[in-house]
Amino acid sequence: MANDLILRVVTKWLSPIIILFALYVQFHGDYSPGGGFQAGVIFSSAILLYSLTYGLDAGLQLIPEYILRIGASLGVLIYGGVGVASMVLGGNFLNYSVLGSTPVAGQHLGIIIIELGVGITVASVMVLLFFTFARRVAPE
Amino acid sequence: MSLVVNLVLLVFLLVMALAVLKTRHLFAMAMLFGLYSLLVAGLFVVLDAPDVAFTEAAVGTGISTVLMLVTLASIKDGHELVSTQKSRTAPLIICVLMGGLLIYGTHDIAELGDPQSAPHMQVAARYIEKGQEETGVPNLVTAVLASYRGFDTLGEVTVVLTAGIGVLMLLGSRKKLRIKEVSNGK
Repeated sequence: MANDLILRVVTKWLSPIIILFALYVQFHGDYSPGGGFQAGVIFSSAILLYSLTYGLDAGLQLIPEYILRIGASLGVLIYGGVGVASMVLGGNFLNYSVLGSTPVAGQHLGIIIIELGVGITVASVMVLLFFTFARRVAPE
Repeated sequence: MSLVVNLVLLVFLLVMALAVLKTRHLFAMAMLFGLYSLLVAGLFVVLDAPDVAFTEAAVGTGISTVLMLVTLASIKDGHELVSTQKSRTAPLIICVLMGGLLIYGTHDIAELGDPQSAPHMQVAARYIEKGQEETGVPNLVTAVLASYRGFDTLGEVTVVLTAGIGVLMLLGSRKKLRIKEVSNGK
């Protein structure tokens, strides 16, 4: 597919828009439909589109695999870290109310941070799955 | 209006399911599964569940179709489904029985949007009444998923990570890949 001009041009224009949309879904998820999981999947679909069009090596150049491995673990760490932080600050595990000056501010902050953790993990794992599968495709 | 949309979506869903059954080409089957997911996502929108529709469209139509296609590409031959002429009576009986049980089960499901139904009486009512006040998040789905059910979501994220680790352990090893290439190359 790497030689198809239309695909290459469309992908070049579409990928940044998909990533922008993923960021919108991520950070606007508390006002509109969406959230970390959806945003992570949409983000990874942009990388998938890029790798499908330009080849696996271009995708690996864009995001090396070790970053994905770190990202996958980092997301869960952020999520669990928020839980531990709320415990340290005197609440129960994952009780965000103690994180901010008021309970509502704390809840809002906690939700945004854990959604970010979910997004990072989901995006990394989805791209990682694709790279792992795609590497087994024998070259033409 | 919503009845017409529902009807169109459900008819197409049925057509798609039959097409998946009928086709013998695995590539077409993967694409049809993607279309099926897209139709289900449309149904979720009609049912006022945009969050679920989002997930279905992105995961069902996008990622899983791509993963299926990549899997098909990595098993070079075998794009045609070989159908064996075994007896089909037992699977048919199981399918009819299962379908009958599911249809029987739907009689006990609460009416769609019925405020008096059991699941809407207890925690859901509290989420709706106090959710925004307690979390400050207008999207109730996010409030429930991220705050009230924070433990569940932590579990979900861990499941995603575990799935990734599992795939990496099974397919990520470069040594095994080389063995496969050698055996293919003879």
